[in-house]
Amino acid sequence: MYWQRKDLLGLKDLTVEEINLILDTAVPMKEIIGRKIKKTPTLRGRSVVTLFYENSTRTRSSFDLAAKYLSADTIGLAAASSSVAKGESLRDTGLTLNAMGVDVVVLRHPASGAAEYLARYVPAAVINAGDGTHEHPTQALLDLFTIREKKGSITGLKVCIVGDIMHSRVARSNIWGLTKLGAEVRVVGPATLMPPDIEQMGAKVYTDLAQALEGVDVVNVLRIQLERQQQGLFPSLREYSRLYGINQARLELTKPDALILHPGPMNRGVEIDPQVAYGSRSVINEQVTNGVAVRMALLYLLTGGEYNAIPH
Amino acid sequence: MQYLIKNGLVVDPVNETMSELDILVKDGVIAEMAQNIQAEEAIIIDAKDCYVCPGLLDMHVHLREPGYEYKEDIESGTRAAAMGGFTAVACMPNTNPVADTAAVINHIIERSARLGAVRVYPIGALTKGSLGKELTEMADLKAAGAVALSDDGQPVMDAGMMYRVMQYAGMLGLTVVSHCEDLSLAAGGSMNEGAVATMLGLKGIPNVAEEVMVARDILLAESTGCALHLAHISTAGSVRLVRQAKARGVRVTAEATPHHFSLTEEAVLGYNTNAKVNPPLRRQEDVAAVQEGLRDGTIDVIATDHAPHAYHEKDVEFPYAPNGLIGLETAVGLVFSQLVQPGILTVPKAIAKLCSNPRKILNLPGGQLIPGGVADITIIDPELSEVVDPAKLQSKSKNTPFVRWKLTGLPTLTMVAGQPVMQARRLLK
Repeated sequence: MYWQRKDLLGLKDLTVEEINLILDTAVPMKEIIGRKIKKTPTLRGRSVVTLFYENSTRTRSSFDLAAKYLSADTIGLAAASSSVAKGESLRDTGLTLNAMGVDVVVLRHPASGAAEYLARYVPAAVINAGDGTHEHPTQALLDLFTIREKKGSITGLKVCIVGDIMHSRVARSNIWGLTKLGAEVRVVGPATLMPPDIEQMGAKVYTDLAQALEGVDVVNVLRIQLERQQQGLFPSLREYSRLYGINQARLELTKPDALILHPGPMNRGVEIDPQVAYGSRSVINEQVTNGVAVRMALLYLLTGGEYNAIPH
Repeated sequence: MQYLIKNGLVVDPVNETMSELDILVKDGVIAEMAQNIQAEEAIIIDAKDCYVCPGLLDMHVHLREPGYEYKEDIESGTRAAAMGGFTAVACMPNTNPVADTAAVINHIIERSARLGAVRVYPIGALTKGSLGKELTEMADLKAAGAVALSDDGQPVMDAGMMYRVMQYAGMLGLTVVSHCEDLSLAAGGSMNEGAVATMLGLKGIPNVAEEVMVARDILLAESTGCALHLAHISTAGSVRLVRQAKARGVRVTAEATPHHFSLTEEAVLGYNTNAKVNPPLRRQEDVAAVQEGLRDGTIDVIATDHAPHAYHEKDVEFPYAPNGLIGLETAVGLVFSQLVQPGILTVPKAIAKLCSNPRKILNLPGGQLIPGGVADITIIDPELSEVVDPAKLQSKSKNTPFVRWKLTGLPTLTMVAGQPVMQARRLLK
C-alpha cells in the first residue's frame, strides 16, 4: 500500500495497514542508524520544523536527528523564544512557516487537539509530537516497533500500562495502536489518575497492580509527574511507589520473558526500581533508538517517500 | 396603523388552548379577537396554517453591551432576537462593567429604548462585580428596572453568601437566577466528563459539579423562601432534584437551552469550539432527562443562553476557546424540530415555556393575547424550513454548532407593540 495521509495526528484514525506500513518502513531506517555514516540523501531539499510549545529534550532531538539522517534541513522553534511569546496565534505561526516553504511541521503543544487544529490550516504535513493529554502517536509507534521487534508479533500479547493514565497521551496512543494490532491492553493506576470511561477505548481497567500484572507480556511504565501530588491526586510518592512502583518482586507476576518499557525520563525509585530499569528485561534504551527509526519512517512517508524505493 | 392577522391558530399558553381567531391590532394594542373580523383600513397579515402566539421572551441572553460590543451589542442582539421570533429578551449582567449598579441598568434600558428592535429587560448582578463577595444594592437595581438578579457565568461559591443573597432578594421580591457550578469539581474542565473527553484528552466537567449546586441552592431557597430560578440545567440528576423540590413545594423554577435538549457531547468531536459551552453538552441520557423534564413540567422555561463570541476567539486550540454559543435565531426551529414534531411538547406547552412562564418568573406582564392587551405577537409557521447559514444570521457572532442543520418550524412575524419588526423572515427595523 501507499501512504496517503497528509498528516500524522494520532493512532485512533490509522488503519492496521497504515500502522504496519510505518513499522515496516522503520526497519530499514533502523539499519541506517546503525551505520558508521548515518546519512542518506532521501529528504535532500526538504525542510522540517520542530515547533515545541512544551519543553522536551528527547522527542525533539529524536525528530531532529531523524530529519538530519535523511538529509532534510531542520530548524527548531521553541515557543518561549519565538513570536508566540509576542502573542502570535498557533494558526498564524503555522501559516508563517508555511509561507516560508516548510514541508513538515512537528508540533508539541500543551492543548489537546492542537495538531489537528494546525493541520486544518497549513498545507505542510503536520506530525503530532504530543498534544495535551490527547495523543503522542510517535511514542506509541516506537513502543509498537519495539514490542514487535522483540516478540515477533503483537497479536495476542497482554500489555499492562501502569501509572498516571489520566494525564498520559502516551497511554491513549498505546491503547489505540495495541488494540488495533490485536493485543489485550490493561491500564492500572490509582482511581484519581484514571480517566472516566477509558474502557470504552478498549482497555481493561484495574486499580490493583498485582491483578493487572498477572501473566502479561509487556509492562509499559509511565512517568509519574511529581506535580500531581501537589494537586492532591495521590497522597505521597511513598504511597504511590508502594502501590504502583514496578520492582523485581512484582515482575514475578508477569510472564518470565515480559518486556519493560518506559517513555522516559524516569523517576527511578518512584514508578520504576533501578534494578528493573537497567535489568535484562528492560528495553528502555532500545526504545530511544527505535524512536529515531520510526520518526525517520514517518518523515519519509509524509514527504512522498512511498513512491521511492526504501533507501538502503 | 392597523393590522389584521387572519386565519391563524391563536395559541393561549396559559389555558393551553388553541382557537381559530382573527386578531385586529390597532394603535399598538389588540383591539379585537374574533372569527372573520372585517377591517377595511387594516393591513392584512395572512397566518393560514400558522400559530399566532403571544410574543416570545428569551429570559437568558448575553447582549455583551456595555464592554464587549465586538461580540454583540444591543442593536445586533435584539435584531437577532426579532429574527428568532422573540419580542423581548432579558439580558445577563456579565458585561464590562458588570451590571451591578443602577447606572449600568439605566444605560442598558436607555440604549435599548433607542436602538433595540425588541424589548430588553436587564437582569442585575447578585454580588458586586459578580465576584461573590458583597451584595449589590438590589433595591436600587430593582428601582432602575432590573427584573431579576444573577451572577450568571459565575456561581456564588460561598454558601453563606448565597444564603444572604436569597434572604435579601427574597425580601425585595426579586427572583434569583442561579448559575449552578461547583468550581472545585469543574476545575479546568472544557467539556463533559466521560468517554469522549477521555478520548480527546480533554479535562471533563462531571455532572455532579452542577448537581451539588442545584441541591445546595434548592435547600437555600427552601430555607429562605426566596424564588429561585435555575439557569441552563443540563443533567439528569439536576432534573431529578428540581422535580423532587417542586413536589415538596419549594419556590424553584428551571430552564433548559435548545442545545442541551438537541445535542450530546459528541458535538465536540473534532475539537469543535462552537460546541464548547458551559454547562457542557452532556450524554444522551441527560438529553433524554432534560426532554422528559420539559415534557412533565419540571423544567418551566426554554431559554437560549445566547452567548456570542467573535470568530477569532473561537478559532483557537479547544482548551483556550471561551464557552458559549449563539441561540436566538435557531431556538424556535429547534423547539419545533426537536420537541414539538416528535410529540414531546404540545404547541401551547412549548409556547408557555417560551413566553408565559418566563414572564411569570420575572413578574412581567403579557404572555397571553387578550383584547386590550399590548400587541406583542409572534407568528410561527410549523411547516417552514430553513438551513442554518451563518452568513444570514443577524448576530454579530456566528458561533453556532447548528450550521447546515435544517430546522422546520420558524417564526414568520415578530410584532412589538403593534409594529412588525420581522415579517416573512425579513427584518423591518
